[in-house]
Amino acid sequence: MSAPTTTSALRRVRTLRTDRWWLPPLGTALGLGAFVVYGLVRTFMNQWYWVPEYHYLAPFFSPCLSDACVPGASHLGTPFPDLAPWVPPPVFVLPFVLGFRLTCYYYRKAYYRSFWASPPACAVTEPHRRYTGETRFPLIMQNVHRYFFYAALLVAGVLTYDTVIAFRGPDGGFGFGVGTLLMLINVVLLWGYTLSCHSCRHLIGGRINHFSKHPVRYRMWTLVSRLNGHHMGLAWASLLSVALVDLYVMLIAAGAFPDPRLFN
Amino acid sequence: MEGTVEMGYRARLRVWRGDADSGELRDYEVDAEEGEVVLDLLHRLQATQCPDLAVRWNCKAGKCGSCSAEVNGRPRLTCMTRMSLFGEEETITVTPMRTFPVIKDLVCDVSYNYVKAREVPAFSPPGGLEPGEYRMHQRDVERSQEFRKCIECFLCQDTCHVIRDHSENKESFSGPRFLMRVAELEMHPLDSHEEKGGNRPEEARGDHGLGFCNITKCCTEVCPEHIGITDNALIPLKERLADQRYDPLGRLFRRKNR
Ligand code: SF4
Ligand code: SF4
Ligand code: FES
Ligand code: FES
Repeated sequence: MSAPTTTSALRRVRTLRTDRWWLPPLGTALGLGAFVVYGLVRTFMNQWYWVPEYHYLAPFFSPCLSDACVPGASHLGTPFPDLAPWVPPPVFVLPFVLGFRLTCYYYRKAYYRSFWASPPACAVTEPHRRYTGETRFPLIMQNVHRYFFYAALLVAGVLTYDTVIAFRGPDGGFGFGVGTLLMLINVVLLWGYTLSCHSCRHLIGGRINHFSKHPVRYRMWTLVSRLNGHHMGLAWASLLSVALVDLYVMLIAAGAFPDPRLFN
Repeated sequence: MEGTVEMGYRARLRVWRGDADSGELRDYEVDAEEGEVVLDLLHRLQATQCPDLAVRWNCKAGKCGSCSAEVNGRPRLTCMTRMSLFGEEETITVTPMRTFPVIKDLVCDVSYNYVKAREVPAFSPPGGLEPGEYRMHQRDVERSQEFRKCIECFLCQDTCHVIRDHSENKESFSGPRFLMRVAELEMHPLDSHEEKGGNRPEEARGDHGLGFCNITKCCTEVCPEHIGITDNALIPLKERLADQRYDPLGRLFRRKNR
């Protein structure tokens, strides 16, 4: 360290922290980066997302809403046309799902720190000359997070449906395999992440000043608040589980190995 | 100072010594004993080697908020920072809070905070009730009470990058401590600021710069009272502002819940 001799020089020292403060943002950047790369590759791969005999639909392709979807994969109809081979079905749904994560209060913290270094870690100077935070366009748009939350509720509902119908065996009767269980874990984590959202916490009761006059909403707010304390963990767990389940369904659909069936 | 306690050792301190303009990081060796905190060593330094070392403190119990400084670059209460956190060979750097002007050594001029405090409109008493007649349910005041734990150490203000790294924002940004004060009053069941024409979420945005906060949570990380500043004050405030400013659809369907 070239020794500072004025208070302003002391302030210009980037940080006096001696721990490895760069490790968490690096980990975050690698984690999020890997997910984005996987998502892109998977979307434009545009195959191996539906396993007809077990009714497994890969989460990246759910709901499958375009005429381009393979037969059987569209449970909700196909309102969108098959535009071009480079417009795979997730293009119609992914903006909402990604928008939810992108405007999420936790992910904002994560990528502001790791990708934008604003700040990279606490008490480590950020490299930007000016800072306006979320006061102006485009970042002021983060305030629409609740609309993405509504969309996310719908998507979580659809993935719940996908999971329910995956409880069937090749003969159409009840049955489940490892894939079904993975889908179940994924959908539970997804609901956990969605319901622990800060906007959800606000809308369900946080906006009320007199809890005593709204006992039911107070109770719901208490429950959501408890979940909300784990929002970061749920954000990562559900991100990982979505990617893993998607990968699993892809491998089964591609015939890499047979799904170990536990019952029928 | 001869080893009265067996665990004693010579600790290495590097302390900022200087005034408003010039100064330097100076190295010292000070006796340390088991169970001591950084403030103990600063006091021993004062008692044995540099009687003119300026350092603020009062309670030595983490309750007065006077002894804030930065230890190895991290904003901390020096009276609550145990020496056992550091290796015996490690040099421990103690510097004044970076966000505020230095007066001398570790003592800062924190008047920015008092200016911002005055800019938050006070609790507005409800009409028709005398003080002493206020009745509130515990569950209605619980949220505001968490924020009352604040000891005004200003470590959150010190660490917030909005003003720490960009002093030009001090004009328009009041910092987490005072946005939290706005949230406390906004959630208060008996505050009648709004009936008198005020609008706390809107004031948080316009007068106190709520939009500057990018919820990166450093204030929460350093708060010695473990107040959920970001999760329980700043984000709910942003959501309440969204209710009235960024959610045109919601406004069609909802009335303001009181
Ligand atoms: S969460 Fe907001 S107020 Fe707190 S330190 Fe970060 S930017 Fe500042
Ligand atoms: S909120 Fe916490 S960090 Fe900020 S001044 Fe109060 S006690 Fe200190
Ligand atoms: S999903 Fe993270 S805050 Fe809403
Ligand atoms: S001396 Fe009172 S908080 Fe440290």
